[in-house]
Amino acid sequence: MLENNKTYWKGIEELTQTPEFVANAKQEFPDYLPSESENGGHYRRDFLKLMGFGVAAATLAACETPVRKAIPYLNKPEEIDPSMPNYYASTYIDGGDYCSIVVKTREGRPIKIEGNKNSSISQGGLSARVAASVLSLYDKARFTAPQIKGANVSWDELDGKVAEKLKGKIAVVSNTVLSPSLQQCINEFVVKYPGSVHVSYDPNSASGIIEANEKSFGVSALPSYDFSKASVIVSFGADFLGTWLSPIEFNKQYSKTRKLGKSKKEMSRHYQFESLMSLTGANADFRTAIKPSQEGLVISNLYNLIASKSGAATIAVGEVKDIKFLQKAADDLLNAKGKSLVVSGSNDTNVQLVVNAINNLLGNYGVTVNSSIPTFNRKGKDADFKKFVSDLKNGGYNGVIFLNCNPIYDSAFSTELKSALANVDLKVAISDKPNETTAVVDFVAADNHFLESWTDANPKKGCYSLGQPTISPLFKTRQAIDTILKWTGSNATAYDYIKTYWSTNLFPLQSEKSSFQSFWDNTLHNGVFEISSSSTVSYSFDITSVSSIISSTYKSASQDIEYVIYEKVGMGVGSQANNPWLQELPEPISKACWDNYVTVSQKFANEKGLAQGDLVKIDSKTGKSITLPVLIQPGQAQNTIAFAMGYGRTVAGKVGNNVGQNVFPFVNINSTTASFTGSIAAITKTGETREIAQTQTHHTMMSRPIVQESVLKEYIKNPSAGRYEPKIKTTEGIEKKPTDITLWKTESLKTHNYNNHFWGLAIDLNSCTGCSACVISCQAENNVPVVGRQEVLNRREMHWIRIDRYYSSDAQNQEDKSVAGLLDRERENPGENPQVVFQPVMCQHCNNAPCETVCPVLATTHSTEGLNQMTYNRCVGTRYCANNCPYKVRRFNWFSYYTNKKFADVNPTLMDDLGRMVLNPDVTVRARGVMEKCSMCVQRIQAGKLAAKIESRRPVDGEIETACSQSCPTEALVFGDMNDSESRISKLMNDENKERNYFLLEEINVKPSVSYLTKIRNV
Amino acid sequence: MQVSSHVRPPLVTGGKTYHDVTNDISKHVESAPNIRWIAAFTVSFLTLCYGLFCVYRTLWFGIGEWGLNKTVGWAWDITNFVWWVGIGHAGTLISAILLLFRQKWRTSINRAAEAMTIFAVLCAASFILAHMGRPWVGYWPLPLPNTFGSLWVNFNSPLVWDVFAISTYLSVSTVFWYIGLIPDLGTIRDRATNTISKIIYGALSLGWTGGAKDWSRYEAVCLILAGLSTPLVLSVHTIVSMDFATSVIPGWHTTIFPPYFVAGAIFSGFAMVLTLMIVTRAVYKLEDYITLEHIESMNKIIILTGSIVGVAYITEFFIAWYSGVEYESYCFINRATGPYWWAYWSMMTCNVLSPQLFWIKKIRRSIAATFILSIVVNIGMWFERFVIIVSSLHRDYVPSSWAMFYPTYVDVGVYINSFGLFFTLFFLFAKFLPVVNMAEIKAVLKSSSGSQPVHH
Repeated sequence: MLENNKTYWKGIEELTQTPEFVANAKQEFPDYLPSESENGGHYRRDFLKLMGFGVAAATLAACETPVRKAIPYLNKPEEIDPSMPNYYASTYIDGGDYCSIVVKTREGRPIKIEGNKNSSISQGGLSARVAASVLSLYDKARFTAPQIKGANVSWDELDGKVAEKLKGKIAVVSNTVLSPSLQQCINEFVVKYPGSVHVSYDPNSASGIIEANEKSFGVSALPSYDFSKASVIVSFGADFLGTWLSPIEFNKQYSKTRKLGKSKKEMSRHYQFESLMSLTGANADFRTAIKPSQEGLVISNLYNLIASKSGAATIAVGEVKDIKFLQKAADDLLNAKGKSLVVSGSNDTNVQLVVNAINNLLGNYGVTVNSSIPTFNRKGKDADFKKFVSDLKNGGYNGVIFLNCNPIYDSAFSTELKSALANVDLKVAISDKPNETTAVVDFVAADNHFLESWTDANPKKGCYSLGQPTISPLFKTRQAIDTILKWTGSNATAYDYIKTYWSTNLFPLQSEKSSFQSFWDNTLHNGVFEISSSSTVSYSFDITSVSSIISSTYKSASQDIEYVIYEKVGMGVGSQANNPWLQELPEPISKACWDNYVTVSQKFANEKGLAQGDLVKIDSKTGKSITLPVLIQPGQAQNTIAFAMGYGRTVAGKVGNNVGQNVFPFVNINSTTASFTGSIAAITKTGETREIAQTQTHHTMMSRPIVQESVLKEYIKNPSAGRYEPKIKTTEGIEKKPTDITLWKTESLKTHNYNNHFWGLAIDLNSCTGCSACVISCQAENNVPVVGRQEVLNRREMHWIRIDRYYSSDAQNQEDKSVAGLLDRERENPGENPQVVFQPVMCQHCNNAPCETVCPVLATTHSTEGLNQMTYNRCVGTRYCANNCPYKVRRFNWFSYYTNKKFADVNPTLMDDLGRMVLNPDVTVRARGVMEKCSMCVQRIQAGKLAAKIESRRPVDGEIETACSQSCPTEALVFGDMNDSESRISKLMNDENKERNYFLLEEINVKPSVSYLTKIRNV
Repeated sequence: MQVSSHVRPPLVTGGKTYHDVTNDISKHVESAPNIRWIAAFTVSFLTLCYGLFCVYRTLWFGIGEWGLNKTVGWAWDITNFVWWVGIGHAGTLISAILLLFRQKWRTSINRAAEAMTIFAVLCAASFILAHMGRPWVGYWPLPLPNTFGSLWVNFNSPLVWDVFAISTYLSVSTVFWYIGLIPDLGTIRDRATNTISKIIYGALSLGWTGGAKDWSRYEAVCLILAGLSTPLVLSVHTIVSMDFATSVIPGWHTTIFPPYFVAGAIFSGFAMVLTLMIVTRAVYKLEDYITLEHIESMNKIIILTGSIVGVAYITEFFIAWYSGVEYESYCFINRATGPYWWAYWSMMTCNVLSPQLFWIKKIRRSIAATFILSIVVNIGMWFERFVIIVSSLHRDYVPSSWAMFYPTYVDVGVYINSFGLFFTLFFLFAKFLPVVNMAEIKAVLKSSSGSQPVHH
């Protein structure tokens, strides 16, 4: 054995032979404690102090309210790490509305929905409805088990009873079915029961476009649109940024044409001809108010203007006079042949045929609009549904299955259907939540929420989307595919069924992945599967044939008062009426929530002696009547009124029941399509009033430089056109920028230096369309309470981000800043057809924050990264900070929103155990009496920094996003580190859009971290 | 028998002797409460009870019970706070500044005025607490050593300055008032016939013997306290005004506020003293002690301070225009012509126009007119604070947030509560403590008229 001459030392001290070690080496118990530091000192005492404190702290902590029902994981699920979020790609489907999403889950609970950047359709964008749908998962009104005649039963019992009656002809009624697997499943069901049919209809039908496309191209589907390639956009009542067909996709495309910068000095020009002020009309460069009875003629006239210059045949229709900007629109369209787009929201096939003809004349097919790549956001055909109702009345069906649809509420055939159903043997509804239709059927097969289901979607030719469950079903529910499979006699599960469908139909379409499993896993991970296709269709339709029908349907100057039924950005057709986030979402234009109402122009109101809030009874010429409060809406066409669908639900749940009135009975059924307009016989004051809850009640900017705007011509000449650059005359007689004035003498104190990050937001007012997705996204992310109609009326909504909407005024001399000018009351009144601007406003994170200096207890302070922070625990609630905030972005907890019974009906997110599952555990639920406000999603910043720190790197630009910037479908909100010269925000503010960048209220020198880019119109 | 001087009217009329003074004042403390007192006290107490119900709603459910909103974060609460603090100013002014200036007419009213000051400051303090979102942690703005680590208050915040100003004022006023009471408490103790009174007043009079040493120390302490509290008359409302002046809100951010607020405070304080004294004088038949001369002197101060306030209002408008700041100009135009025009013009009428009536001697010396005008002035001063707070906040920089403020019944109730508290305390004071400073009256009984009354 070799001699071991290695030296082992006991510790680093022995190796280095420190004096202490040498001195104490011989002692077994050295008289110093190992915890002693270099300085020495009274460590024993400190130890005792710490121990004493520890005992006291533990005792104190024990005094707190015990946690109820905390159940630890016995065996930790592999994927779930407490406090670490998991993200799953999935698919949002509600009727024909589609969005590819990423679901954030915490400890197995979905808590937030974000956009999926992999999808070429939604491209990471989100809408308010999609963002809010996560709350519908935790809706207490949902079915918890299948029901027979309103009583919960077991699935076996339901299946047995239904099977007994499943014979003969069955009608499956649904809205648009976007899922190809579900569609195949329904088809198999229909085959199994001979004579059965599948009828689909849409409450916000687009039958007219589908039928017109069939006539023009032989394609019975919607075309796909690409606004991003259009330099001239003309829309006739199509609210494509708000509600029309696929608004998230259109917002993305449209905003690309509206962005400006050093390297891009051109933008699209947008004309809107419409009766009511829509979100899209509010964004238009030129907007003309027309009556619905003129629409067909106006479009035909536009056709004629273009046809006459293009050498095509004109249509023999009467001329409509005084349609402002129509000639200009025609000229612009002619100049932009092949890169323009004409759309119409009309559901009249003949009108859509003229629109197709215009796009064809302009050579837009294949560029901005494409019928060879159809989209499937609306598949319902009004004629089919009409036929179904009459067949049902005649006893044509033994059974009806309502598949996630609510025709008793949202179709024009409510009463007919109800009476016809009385003689039907089998009445079934497959639905996840109660509605007016489930109330009249015998059997309810409780469906899963989409976040509990496997699903797929095919919203556009070549675009497929997969949806995976992000939580196991909360209740004894079963997803629709399973139910239908069961009733077809199959024992397959939805998961297997969808997988089989994909392996048979979609897997062969690609060659990238050789095994199906890897294809499936990849698609599941990405959420989408997209392939390009290259088929062509050709236009063939003789447009002159529609002239007589259009001439007889439309009038150039009708004296009638006409109504328009429209869809609200938040509420849609009312399927999510029980979602309080959407009920409290201010409608982007009217800023009203928790109600529908009748919009009238100021002139009309004056003529009829109406004031805002007057309850009026409206009688249609078809004998329908309704009572609604009046809302004065600038931009509403004279002698027209409008009211929104989606309200007046009676079987929706505590939140949604009896909010507003149901206007679906006002939908007219023409020969083949539904019409959302009509004439009224009388509008009479009832003498009663109902106040409308609006979050903004002053509508003009009072000539203040709040939203700074200019026009494209000026912008090209001078990139800082429209900027207000305040100068302050100092005592030395020099004019200085307000931000250069300081009381500090020391150079280092004159500016704020943040050594590490300096977070900021830059908001492009040209891209912001006002869609309000950010409002809901913020609400979900930050546990913002819902306060209900009465509290909104009290002006106490809690949203951390608001979208200010201003109308231009018709006042003279708006530049006049003298006393006489300021006294001009006319500035308070919006113009008759005003220009509209949107401005998202959240906490501006001022670096000279007025709120911080006035707080007596230092509850609001500045972070080392430029954030204005709120310490809720420290706040005593003096509200001085809110008073002293020039932007009025601070929100006070007037009540205990999570315990006060008053809010039990409107605030399930905080008030019931099920609703509380949606809360983001990273954000404190604020107590009564404390102030809260936008934190710039500090929890997300922190999470991003930690993720980067674990990997020992700096956070990459774009890696950290606030909830608002993440959800923005137009990328109007850009978040980033202003200290990083390579970040998007720095480039935007200091290079690309340096001249357009401004700070709100720069003259008061609060130095915000949020900045805006001027609004530029292409007029 | 009354002896009068040609130079100066007597401060005490009716030919009172020292004994008369003692009797007149002490009898109210010693006798059983009369029916009028019981009625008045009951009304005050019931008012207090109703008010406490509204306070309960505020404390139990939250500030949401009030009409405040996201734009108007302060309204009646701080209006009432400033109003009560303002009223509280007269006491110190009368007892301290007038003492230093040797204004002997102050002796008959200073006791009640000081008591009023303390009660008014208590009412004001009640609003500080009630307006907080979390009143149970209402002590946090105090710079107390705490277990929160190095957590301290924000010395930059005017609200913290307020805490110092108000608490100093309350403690100095209370001490001053109590020291002044000691000789009289001694008198009552000596006259007391039943044991309970003897014990209570005995304890309260802190062993007062009435010896020369006692008097000498008494006078010295009074002088020191007067000296200490004189700057407070100016500082308290100066600091209260800084709650607004240091902000960025147009209509608040005004350097004229300190003098303007102090003048306004004295103005309203004197008006309140007059209201109370006219009632006490009638109820307790103290016409010989609180004479028309007193009332006239106070009315003169009201003309002066009312005019100062008027000038301040006009200066604000001038500066708003002269500054050239759009937001500032709009704020003032909006005050006079906007949705709250009625509040603004109520204020102008009550505060600027109505006191000018006192230039007329007949009105100045009329009890009825003075009583009415004193109430009018306090209504006006309430509106002044309401106008400053609400009309500035409701339309500030960004028009999208402009809003109106509508009070709820709880807002009104909490204000009523402060009246209930004030009058309950005042009536208790009027019953159980001498409302007029007997010792000091006796001192001026001789000197005011230049010669002694002939008969004792």
